[in-house]
Amino acid sequence: MQAYIDQLIRDGYFAGMPKEVVYAVAMVLAAFIVLSVFVAPLAGVTSWLERRVWARMQSRVGPNRVGPQGILQWLADGIKNLLKEDLIPSAADAKLFSLAPYVVFVGFLCAFVVIPFGSQLIVADLNIGILYILAVTSLVVVGILMAGWSSNNKWSLLGGMRSAAQIVSYEIPAGLSILTIVFLAGTMSMQGIIKAQGWAPWDWFLFNNPFTFAAFFLYFTAALAEGNRTPFDIPEAESELVAGYVTEYSGMRFLFFFFAEWGNLYVIGAVATTLFLGGWQVPPVTSDPILLGVLQFVVFFLKAYLWVFIAMWVRATLPRVRVDQLMALCWKYMVPLSFLCLLGTICWMLVFPKGNQIFSVAMFVLGLLIVAYFFKRVVFQIRHARPELYFKPHI
Amino acid sequence: MDASVILFYVISVLLVLSSLMVVFLRNVVHCALALVVALFLIAILFVMLHAPMVGVLQVLVYAGAIMVLFLFVIMFLNPTASEPRRKLWWGFGSAAALLLAASLAALLSNGEAPADPVTATETFGSPETLAKSLFTDFVLPFEITSVLLLVAIIGAVVLAKREP
Amino acid sequence: MDHPYFPLLILFTLAGAVVLGLLFVAQKVGPKSPNPVKAEPFESGNPPRGDARIRFSVRFYLVAMLFLIFDLEVVFLYPWAILFRQLGLFGLIEMGIFLGILLIGFVYVWKKGALEWD
Repeated sequence: MQAYIDQLIRDGYFAGMPKEVVYAVAMVLAAFIVLSVFVAPLAGVTSWLERRVWARMQSRVGPNRVGPQGILQWLADGIKNLLKEDLIPSAADAKLFSLAPYVVFVGFLCAFVVIPFGSQLIVADLNIGILYILAVTSLVVVGILMAGWSSNNKWSLLGGMRSAAQIVSYEIPAGLSILTIVFLAGTMSMQGIIKAQGWAPWDWFLFNNPFTFAAFFLYFTAALAEGNRTPFDIPEAESELVAGYVTEYSGMRFLFFFFAEWGNLYVIGAVATTLFLGGWQVPPVTSDPILLGVLQFVVFFLKAYLWVFIAMWVRATLPRVRVDQLMALCWKYMVPLSFLCLLGTICWMLVFPKGNQIFSVAMFVLGLLIVAYFFKRVVFQIRHARPELYFKPHI
Repeated sequence: MDASVILFYVISVLLVLSSLMVVFLRNVVHCALALVVALFLIAILFVMLHAPMVGVLQVLVYAGAIMVLFLFVIMFLNPTASEPRRKLWWGFGSAAALLLAASLAALLSNGEAPADPVTATETFGSPETLAKSLFTDFVLPFEITSVLLLVAIIGAVVLAKREP
Repeated sequence: MDHPYFPLLILFTLAGAVVLGLLFVAQKVGPKSPNPVKAEPFESGNPPRGDARIRFSVRFYLVAMLFLIFDLEVVFLYPWAILFRQLGLFGLIEMGIFLGILLIGFVYVWKKGALEWD
């Protein structure tokens, strides 16, 4: 990013302007573009797509009125929320109550700084990138506790406490499974991790050894739990806690919490793609930098969005777990398992210091077989479903 | 004046303000959240000093983990919003503050710059440098940390699982 | 200005500004019809009973404490991961001792039943 601006300055654009001003203006512009052109529609369209996907999976239609196929539904929802009354309960702690959405939203948005969409498309390639993402995620917990406590409502408080306990618990297995990749790559920089992989699937860290393969699923599960997604959405379990820590919120403040939730879904996918799935790596098909950049962005975006889709699928499929099950799953299964994955990866690195290509290819083939079997089952189920439940994309 | 110097002053003023809020606010939850802000601002100062690793750990461990624990304990005890001031604590706190101010004044009146100032470079606080010194020069403190953590684990379990 | 973390500061500020701006707009265009019933805590339609700041289980405290300790452990592992190839056997032994001691702690917690939620 900086190199690109330097290039522009050298080429004679912005003559007569101090360098700092150009930098500052460019940064503000870039940040604003990231925010309004990318993050907002991304979270919005994800919310629409999620509702459509669930509807399909539950043999309903889903929102299809605003825009073609209802794709502008998120915009309508946003405007509706903007026009709603901003209620602050009389017994609430007004200052903290109005401040909590800021903390949650800023904490989530700042994760986008280090997400590498391409070899040049990154706001800032920090040398502590992945640790930075963990740090800003932990800030979200403070925001959720603020919201829960300040609402002065029993549901909010319980929801906030549960959510905070859940997020912090699952941060341990998430951190440990991310660590396996840091061991393999030897760096925490997001670009560095991607560059340590290759475009071919057998060069991805996912298929590097059986332990990273397991660590990927541990990471994805832990990340879903950290994002308060079903089957781990007990903090906002409608049947027992109304809406958890957002019970008392309305209008725009309510929207910001859900904006963060849906946007966070993409961050989960992007981090998984960066760490395990080779990020933006594409085969060397072209030398044109712009075309290459577009190709990298498309590859990265699709890989990341695949996991967003799988998260929706999981949400439509699995029932909610109980609190005790949730905590037992984290502390008794995922923490020891992710720790084993870590030790296994270390042993693997000692035995095969340069990696084992044959094994990686074998793992890749095995992965393909699993996916193929899974699809076979899906096709079987659809064939045996009633005809009126068939997928009809035109409705 | 350089932009980073201006930024330093802005953040320092905010830091002092939020620290004062930690002391003077009447509601304990507000105090704890002011402490989160203060810790976060300290993290920004660390990053400005080319020590991003320390800065991020400051956010991750202090602003994230320790403050969540603090908030849990405060909400668990559920203190009334405005507790009467306790004279004893004020005396103790003032004495400690005076002591600190005196030692700082003694240092400042010396007029000497701290010995051997290090110029911060890009690699000064990088993760690699930090890791190298942690695992070579500070091996023993590092190992002792694990014992400390073990003691903390046992202490927490003993306190929380005590039979009524 | 050319500090590598400068974009971060801008994004932090901008994110705050966007939230502030949208909330300001919402305040201006949104309806305002305050009413004492609307402003009382929501308890599924019933009048609120008792203090909303209920006391809850000590287990939350235990979870936070365990998280803090294991988080510190994970944080110590990160620098080691970066220098793993350079530190070699010495680092391996060091970390072996460190993790071994903490493993005792984990086994203790498990055996004491502190991981049970009920």
